[in-house]
Amino acid sequence: MATPEVIIQLVGIEKRYTLGEEVVVRALRGVDLSIYRGDYVAIMGPSGSGKSTMLNILGCLDRPTAGDYFLGGTNVAVMPDDDLSAARGKMIGFIFQSYNLIAQLTVIENIQVPLLYQGHDVRHFHDHCVRLASLVGLAQRLTHRPNQLSGGQQQRVAIARSLVNDPLMILADEPTGNLDSRTGLEVLDLIDKLNSEGKTIVLVTHDEKVAARAQRVIHMRDGQIEREVVNRVRQSPPPEPLPA
Amino acid sequence: MKLFSFQFLSTLRLGVKSLLLHKLRSALTMLGIIFGVCSVIAMLAIGEGASYEAQESIKRLGSDNIILRSLKPPEDTRAQGAGGSGRPSAIEYGLTYDDGARVQSTIPGVRRVLPIRIIRENVRFAQNEVACQILGTLPLYSEMAGLDLPRGRFLTETDERNQANVCVLTVGLAQRLFPYQDPLSHSVKIDSFYYQVVGLVREKSQAEQRPQSGRMEGEPLDNNVYVPLSTARARFGEVLIRRSAGSFEMEQVELHQLTIQMEDTAAVESADPQIKALLNRFHSRNDYEVIVPLQLLRQAEETKRIFNIVLGSIAAISLLVGGIGIMNIMLATVTERTREIGVRRALGAKRKDITLQFLVETVVLSFGGGLIGVVVGVITPMVVSQLTTMKTIVTPWSVLLAFGISGAIGVIFGLYPAKSAAQLDPIEALRHE
Repeated sequence: MATPEVIIQLVGIEKRYTLGEEVVVRALRGVDLSIYRGDYVAIMGPSGSGKSTMLNILGCLDRPTAGDYFLGGTNVAVMPDDDLSAARGKMIGFIFQSYNLIAQLTVIENIQVPLLYQGHDVRHFHDHCVRLASLVGLAQRLTHRPNQLSGGQQQRVAIARSLVNDPLMILADEPTGNLDSRTGLEVLDLIDKLNSEGKTIVLVTHDEKVAARAQRVIHMRDGQIEREVVNRVRQSPPPEPLPA
Repeated sequence: MKLFSFQFLSTLRLGVKSLLLHKLRSALTMLGIIFGVCSVIAMLAIGEGASYEAQESIKRLGSDNIILRSLKPPEDTRAQGAGGSGRPSAIEYGLTYDDGARVQSTIPGVRRVLPIRIIRENVRFAQNEVACQILGTLPLYSEMAGLDLPRGRFLTETDERNQANVCVLTVGLAQRLFPYQDPLSHSVKIDSFYYQVVGLVREKSQAEQRPQSGRMEGEPLDNNVYVPLSTARARFGEVLIRRSAGSFEMEQVELHQLTIQMEDTAAVESADPQIKALLNRFHSRNDYEVIVPLQLLRQAEETKRIFNIVLGSIAAISLLVGGIGIMNIMLATVTERTREIGVRRALGAKRKDITLQFLVETVVLSFGGGLIGVVVGVITPMVVSQLTTMKTIVTPWSVLLAFGISGAIGVIFGLYPAKSAAQLDPIEALRHE
């Protein structure tokens, strides 16, 4: 395997929240992390471990109080809000626990949303979006609205949407949290497939079984990385036990 | 540029889509603007129409004219004048031939003076008898009043010199007196004299007939007979007997009206006080009135302006209320769609994208409402003037004004909700249930 390129580098990331007068919560206390192109990283940890904060910072939704965050070679930790928006749109594909599709838009329009904010003329990307929809198995449902789709289908639309800008990294926040175990598996299989095609995946979960599919599992505790487990099963994930 | 317009179009499409998601809510919100715009246009149209008639009739009096009218003095003066004799004596009042001559010769800027004598008398032809207004006047009248002369001729200088027994009838009167005959080959009888009909005229507008204020209400206004002034003086004498409601009164009036035409409108301003001063010297009582159409016109314009301001403010308030309605709904919408805002921000939307999105929605609401309001506002005055006799005029500027204000209201009242949407923290917004 050729030495992979570092696409994400966190250096001494700290995040403090000031609550009220004197109470300062240190959500992250100096996190160092490097993620390589093609990595499949799961971030685990109990609630309060700083994993949500980690997710927000990785997703450029929030800026660290201290430290540097290099995303694709630029330090996004010091970017102004508008540039941060642009960085999110260009380099990160989000998959949320509750899908977060836009209710008034059809499947194809939902997939196009990130393009719109990149200033693209979505008409030129129609074929691209149709291709992504068929990749997630929804080519027949392009004009359906989210409320006409099942949870699993909605999450697959969200995955297609996360891919539309060809981002550096796909950031998934408990992607199977709202799904029953079978559709959850389908979604996870889809994510595995994306990873096997070279996509970098960062997945936040508290589910051991979900994390087990990742190549690297990062355990967080008290705002720090407690340990990292390398599964080394990148090529062929272990078979999942059938749902009870 | 093309890129921008496409983005804008898709934002617009999205805005419309979001509004259609809550059709009833959007429609109700729009209703506020519709009523506002509609009332601005309709109220200004009614105001405009109301003042139009008044202004037109004043304009027809001539803006370079000054009109003097004889006025019967108040009651108390009359009682003294009649004394205690118990026998009705002629009341002497009003403008005199001398007044006319004095004005003509002493006031600078006077172009010409037209005296008119008005006698109320019945006019007969065969079995037909019509109560008429007989105007003793000069040939000049035709030109100064802008008479339309469909048949025959008007009075001439020769008629005047010869005290000729000729008369000119208004078209309406001729039709009443001569249902079957040609009036031009006949004579009519007034009092005990016969006058040959030499012409038929049509006044510019019937509203222009100037009966002495209030006395002829309810009577047809186009029953006018024009005779030479000299003839009127010779045939009717100076003492006029006026029969009314079972009693009669005598009055001695030389002239009922003097129309003074000035050289131009500028001369009107300076001549007005001079004429009043001049007449005051020769009239001990207040037995005349001075009407300056130019001043009336200015007053009418001022009244109209105030009218417009009052009506316009009332309408503007309803527009404002409509705007507040929009803002209220948009604030609710922003709260309702906080999650969507968070998602859009996560997917790369900048603050200004969010602002634009919500601003477009309010502008669509207010412009949509404005458009419908314009249509309803143009139709409403039409219906009003159909149902009532009120005249209404929809002026283009009121339509533009109302439409412009509605658009401005959309932007002004949409800005705050849109800004507050854009200021949401994406993390908080995403977490919003």
